[in-house]
Amino acid sequence: MNKSLTRRNMLKTSTAAIGAVAGAGLLKGFPAIHAADAPVIRYLGTAVNMGDAVQKKLFDDTGIKVKFIVKTTDEVVKTIFTQPNSFDIVDSEYFSMPKLVPSGNLLGMDTKRIKEWDNVTSAFTKGEVAGKKIGDQGTAPKKVMYLKGAKSKEFASEPTQYVTLIPTVYNADTLGIRPDLIKRPISSWAELLNPEFKGKASILNIPSIGIMDAAMVVEAMGEYKYPDKGNMTKEEIDLTMKIFTEAKKAGQFRAFWSDFNESVNLMASGEVVIQSMWSPAITAVRTKGIPCVYQPLKEGYRAWAAGFGLPSTTKGRQADICYEFINWYLSGWVGAYLNRQGYYSAVIPTAKKYMKAYEWDYWMMGKPATADIMSPEGKKLASKGEVRDGGSYEARMGAVACWNATMDENKYMVRKWNEMIAS
Amino acid sequence: MKLLKLKPSVGLLSIPYSLIFIFFFFIPLILTFIISFWDYNEYSIIPDFIFENYSYIFKDCLNFEKDMCVTFKTYLSTFIFCFITWFFTLIIGFFVAYFLAFYVNSITWQIVLFLLCTIPFWTSNVIRMISWIPLLGRNGLVNDFLLSTGLVDAPQEWLLYSGFSIVLAFVHLYTLFMIVPIFNSMMRIDKSIIEAAYDNGANGLQILWNVIIPLCKPGIVIGSIFVITVVMGDFITIGIMGGQQIPSIGKIIYVEMSYLQLPAAAANAVILLALTLLIIWIMTKMIDIRKEL
Repeated sequence: MNKSLTRRNMLKTSTAAIGAVAGAGLLKGFPAIHAADAPVIRYLGTAVNMGDAVQKKLFDDTGIKVKFIVKTTDEVVKTIFTQPNSFDIVDSEYFSMPKLVPSGNLLGMDTKRIKEWDNVTSAFTKGEVAGKKIGDQGTAPKKVMYLKGAKSKEFASEPTQYVTLIPTVYNADTLGIRPDLIKRPISSWAELLNPEFKGKASILNIPSIGIMDAAMVVEAMGEYKYPDKGNMTKEEIDLTMKIFTEAKKAGQFRAFWSDFNESVNLMASGEVVIQSMWSPAITAVRTKGIPCVYQPLKEGYRAWAAGFGLPSTTKGRQADICYEFINWYLSGWVGAYLNRQGYYSAVIPTAKKYMKAYEWDYWMMGKPATADIMSPEGKKLASKGEVRDGGSYEARMGAVACWNATMDENKYMVRKWNEMIAS
Repeated sequence: MKLLKLKPSVGLLSIPYSLIFIFFFFIPLILTFIISFWDYNEYSIIPDFIFENYSYIFKDCLNFEKDMCVTFKTYLSTFIFCFITWFFTLIIGFFVAYFLAFYVNSITWQIVLFLLCTIPFWTSNVIRMISWIPLLGRNGLVNDFLLSTGLVDAPQEWLLYSGFSIVLAFVHLYTLFMIVPIFNSMMRIDKSIIEAAYDNGANGLQILWNVIIPLCKPGIVIGSIFVITVVMGDFITIGIMGGQQIPSIGKIIYVEMSYLQLPAAAANAVILLALTLLIIWIMTKMIDIRKEL
């Protein structure tokens, strides 16, 4: 802690010194970035997709070091509010933007400084995949992407130069199942509350994400059709929670989970056979040699998206380093790394350059694997001949029904969620 | 008190701790109390003086026609866990301490056995909790044994993610908090008192009930305070062992804090603190610890 603080102070002083000299015209043309000391970025985020390999590659390519401040999704948001100067860059989700942007703690990101901006996938910028509109219920990225200005606290409805986050990674989430224990096809979200799986189902206990899964289930059961799942009224929240409270009382759920590893353990041990799950958790179960499917469902997927933001106090050299880091992140190597984990990179063309043709065909095109598919850590994920769950990028992202959301009635929703847990 | 007058240096020695106590305990506590009356929105807390945070907690609680309100339900469940855990840790802790104090004569062995008691604390909380799954889970060791011996014909689900597993984890962890103060009290008992009781014709049970237990009361009360305060505020053990399905006040406070509803969390914390203090106050009324020490 102490060490890095002094290093930061040194950075500041040396930057000021360089600035003064550069101002006098002596250092023009020199790359100031690597001149003083190895640049360090304090990276706030859940870091679920930032392995050691990424850090090493980053340092080799750019000389930038990353110091992680690892927190859960909710804690990341809390840290931006309460300690906005404790990090240099934040990896956050778009659904937090309606909460974060009015606080003014984040800087509007300048898209002119992002080399690959024009290649950012249309799922972010227009809400389209392959020219077709995808579901935009909830906090879809395009709704909270653009700002009216660099220091603006308001969203712009039309594209502008300044954005809230530079998109990095996204995915379409669905239910995970144990096909060997269920032994029949699953095709609807409604199965989560099917009494057949009494005591063997689970849902995640993170209210803002759990409520969306719950809404998908309620709609699939035919109980109610929401005008906008991502922005429920109080009555709709009551209705959703009532259905889940009754299921909980009837013993439908084995457990709720709030930590990534808990979901892996529940599934791998067979305590649970159907549950809300995240893509890397499926991978983790599979690499143990246990069959686990990220089941595509007819009602569609619940999508999420994340990106990089900077605290509003960022300027000068620190901003340069952060933009350099982001540009490196989008330049393809990381994109391929993310795609191989089952996520999607925000800039697809650059990622393609770093993937082998058979990998690209498996992960993005939904074709049968022509060779064994390996995880970035070198563990086998799928054998020759297998097809990715849900198929191609277009089939999966094209079937998005809603996005993780912050609702207007967020406060009420959290209270009701707590009541369900207590019932 | 006499000491203080004789040696002013003793007063000086207490200053560092007093300062730590004031800055890192007393002042934050006062702030928590103040903030519990503030208002809040999505991203900030707003200075105010409102009772909404408190009134929401007890909303619907006085309406007896409906189901019991969330707050009462949660406290009731927390109290029940508290009582059962206290009961088992006391019984087990007392007899372990009794064994260590009166049957183990060498100091070396006492230390070795004490270290054994601390084994549950050698691993991290999460690892320890996850390790229960292979033991108590649907396909775990216990169920395997029960099934293979034919005692049951279907896996027992109540072993894990239930009230049972929560109490098991609590007792497994916190019995040590009972053993230490009770053992400490027992070591202070003058052996000649026990001999005197024996000489006067008391049998083992009478000595235990009329001599040892009364003299161990301070240890019992201190141990009880440890166990009760820890269980009242717990949310990690209840969360993981209860499969996040069993409520606890600590969990409610935690969720409110992670959604930045700090005033609501503060109000809940103030109520929890008041109730815990009340329990401790009742216990200290029963036994004057200061006098006994």
